[in-house]
Amino acid sequence: MRKPESLQGSLDLLVLKILSRQPRLHGYAIMSAIQNMSGDVLRAEEGSLYPALHRMEEAGWVRARWITKDNGRRARLYELTTEGKRQLAAEESRWQAVTAAVNRVLRMA
Amino acid sequence: MSLWSRIANVLCGDRLSREIDEELQSHIQEAIEQGRDPVEVRKALGPLLRLREESRDVRLIIWLDSLRADAIFGWRQLMKNKVASAAAILSLALGIGACTGAFRLIDALLLRPLPVSQPQELYALARQGIDPEGRFETFDGWAYPDFQRMRAAAKGQAELIAISYSERTDVTYGSDQDMEKAYVQYVSGWMFSSFGLRPALGRLLTESDDHKPNAYPYAVLSYDYWRHRFGQDPKVIGRTFRMGNDLYEIVGVGPQRFTGTEAGTMIDIFVPTMMHPGVIRRDWTWMRTLARVSPGVPLEPLRARLDATSRAFEQERAKGFPGMSQQVIDAMLNQRLLLEPAAAGASGLQDDYRTSLAALGVLVALVLLIACANVTNLMTGQAASRAREMALRVSIGAGRRRLVQLVLVESAWLACLAAAFGGLFAWWSAPVVVGMINPPDNPARLFLPADWRVMAFGLALTVIVMLLFGLAPALRASAVQPVSALKGGQDPHARRRLMHALTAVQTAFCFMVLFVAGLFVATFQRLSNRPTGFSADRVLTLETVARRPQPQVYWDQVTQRLREFPGVESAALASTTLMGGWSWNNSISVNGAPPNGVLSYFMSVSPGWIETMKIPLIDGRDFRPRDTYPGAALVNQTFAKEYFKDEDPVGRSFDMVFDEGGSLHFEVVGLVGDVCYRDVREPILPQAYYPIHSLNTRNALEVKGQDQGTFIVRTSSSNPLALASVLRREVPRAWPEFRVSNIRTQLEIDQSHTVRERLLARLAFFFGVVALLLAGVGLYGVLDYSVLQRRREVAIRMALGAQAGDVARRVTADVFSMLLAGAMAGLALGFASARYVESLLYQVKPTDPTMLALPALTILAAALLAALPPVIRAVRIDPALMLRTD
Repeated sequence: MRKPESLQGSLDLLVLKILSRQPRLHGYAIMSAIQNMSGDVLRAEEGSLYPALHRMEEAGWVRARWITKDNGRRARLYELTTEGKRQLAAEESRWQAVTAAVNRVLRMA
Repeated sequence: MSLWSRIANVLCGDRLSREIDEELQSHIQEAIEQGRDPVEVRKALGPLLRLREESRDVRLIIWLDSLRADAIFGWRQLMKNKVASAAAILSLALGIGACTGAFRLIDALLLRPLPVSQPQELYALARQGIDPEGRFETFDGWAYPDFQRMRAAAKGQAELIAISYSERTDVTYGSDQDMEKAYVQYVSGWMFSSFGLRPALGRLLTESDDHKPNAYPYAVLSYDYWRHRFGQDPKVIGRTFRMGNDLYEIVGVGPQRFTGTEAGTMIDIFVPTMMHPGVIRRDWTWMRTLARVSPGVPLEPLRARLDATSRAFEQERAKGFPGMSQQVIDAMLNQRLLLEPAAAGASGLQDDYRTSLAALGVLVALVLLIACANVTNLMTGQAASRAREMALRVSIGAGRRRLVQLVLVESAWLACLAAAFGGLFAWWSAPVVVGMINPPDNPARLFLPADWRVMAFGLALTVIVMLLFGLAPALRASAVQPVSALKGGQDPHARRRLMHALTAVQTAFCFMVLFVAGLFVATFQRLSNRPTGFSADRVLTLETVARRPQPQVYWDQVTQRLREFPGVESAALASTTLMGGWSWNNSISVNGAPPNGVLSYFMSVSPGWIETMKIPLIDGRDFRPRDTYPGAALVNQTFAKEYFKDEDPVGRSFDMVFDEGGSLHFEVVGLVGDVCYRDVREPILPQAYYPIHSLNTRNALEVKGQDQGTFIVRTSSSNPLALASVLRREVPRAWPEFRVSNIRTQLEIDQSHTVRERLLARLAFFFGVVALLLAGVGLYGVLDYSVLQRRREVAIRMALGAQAGDVARRVTADVFSMLLAGAMAGLALGFASARYVESLLYQVKPTDPTMLALPALTILAAALLAALPPVIRAVRIDPALMLRTD
């Protein structure tokens, strides 16, 4: 259903990590945060962010609620759940293992 | 939680879409505020609609959502065609309801296991012999001494339980004037423990209540009786009631759901078998025998042992029969004992209605199938007009499965709505039919719960029905070829072929239903038109009892008083009523010769009885007050033919010979016309009538008193029941020892013999009409559709000079050939099935040409009627108009 993309697999990890640092962000802010923190290297494809967020919401990793901003418009803010924190830890260690393995391969070659 | 939120999201899908849209919009706004170019942002985000769909799919259950969408779409589709949908739903509802109702009856009477422990271990003992006409005849009655021997023989392998035929008896909790009717059953004391039943109150009967004759006047009430008669009063324990001359003490109340083992009768009072006067009689068969076979015991050796035991008992008994020919005795002994599964209990109602209910079940199933065929045709026709829509759906990427689902959901709507209405119909109809089963004074009482068995049946039926009529159109719709359909040129014949085939099937089923219905109706007509030999008009029978035998003179006085009562035309006294269920028979010997094996049937009557019953006196005279039993007799023509070989019987004499020895001598004083004695079905029996004045056996000059008799009254008003309550009071006023225990009209008694036939005839007639109506509507639909489809062709033909008759023939030819084929198939089906209902028929032969012509003509007439509007429409097509519009 989803097309393969550069951030495939790591988008969830990044979103969870961002939310663990800064609770209550809306989608655009999450996207900007990924971009800024990676020094403009990682760029989440804007379109895939929302389905990913909604999927994580269904999985119970993040919680969302609507707030009304000062200018009267509504925004949907996301925050991490306990389940999400566990998931983040798992994904992080998996990522470490994978990158370490990739690095070992690169060193050997 | 997630599952629930996803289900909830399905239910408010619109809100979900709005929220997703709003979030995406807020993303764009945010980006613009950050100074990005609106066009660039939208491009980066991608197509909003796709994003929304993707998010939606994540946040709800996809199949449920599509189902919801289809359900809404299907509902709109139904609403678009309100009349057609309503017709489809109604006809299906009738079919489903009738089937479910029939199932309720069949389940309640024949299938549902008794609420006892391990009901599958229960078997009923019966004997099968061959009746004088050479047919198998099964009888489940047993004599108690025989039962005792068999019980001993089966010890260790099976427990035998004696259960009397239920009796609707007079009991009183107070004085004689407070007599009321209750269903009483004599049962073995160990029945309750063997069934694993526990009392709701007090104690149940046990084996120690059932050892010595007449020693245990204890009774257990059924829970149902306790509830509706005593309002569940716990103080009922220890109360007494009188039945006959015995005073019984209530010792307990049975468990809630147990109403005896006789399906169709709910027992009120259980008493020990030892209280029955017949326990010591070898010649009284007054009870059924149930066997609880221990697990693992092989049936056949057990059956053989019981058979041998019972046969030995009968052989011993037959030794005492004097003057009976060996042939007659052999025929009596030549019986085979049967062990029949009795998990659902054993009752006469079951035997009477097993075949009838099965036949009814098949009839209603056929009606349902006819309704299904109609709906299939309706949906196929609709699918034709939706072919373009389907093709469009396929070409924009809808999967086949999705299309099947779309159409099936619409079918499910129809089926579910029909099931709901059908459920109501079943809920209403089953008790109504039960109410029609027995005569009004002895109604069948069946427990008809709407439990899981009925629900499961209804549900399964609904699903089957839905697949039956929905699957073919669904598959057809999904197999649509977009290219040809969008061009508008799908093969119309394929669809018509299906519809025509279904027309043939419908006709076949309809023919069969009408054929069987015709057989039942004819049977009922012949039975009710059969002359009984007497006149039942305006005749009232008053069954009267006394606590102690009353001198005959009082019986005569009351008869006289009734005779003089205003509104009474004539009155007489008899031992019982004709066709009232009682019979009394013995062998006859003429001139001291041995009996010829043909039994004669008797009744005691007072002078004037033949006149009151309007039985013709052919020769000789009626009884006079001085005539006595033994002594004088009236005989009927069949009696004269059987024993006097057509010679004038008046003035001749005969002896009534008893099985146990001894005989009584009678002189024939009169010859009377033949009448039905027990039943309208059986041939006329040889009958003799004896004077009601019976001489005392000890003192031959003294007339014996009687404790029961039946006053027969012919009233002058056309409604005899108008006098019923007055006469009920008049009898004890004339002699206070008397009490009228039951009043029935003779007509009611006569009709009670044809209750089953009337029920079958009525229901079969009703479903015959429904089947005909449905088939007619179906035929109309098919023809209408085919005219609609062929209107261009018809227009061209007419433009080229075709005549109206030619057009009509062309439009109807296919359908009528199908009709013919269907009728042929129906005929074959009818013949094949007639074999199974033969036992329900009376003097009606399935091969009778009128029985065949009737359904054929009816169907033909209905078909012509149904074909008329479409044909008129075809003929009226204006070629110019039609060809111009296209």
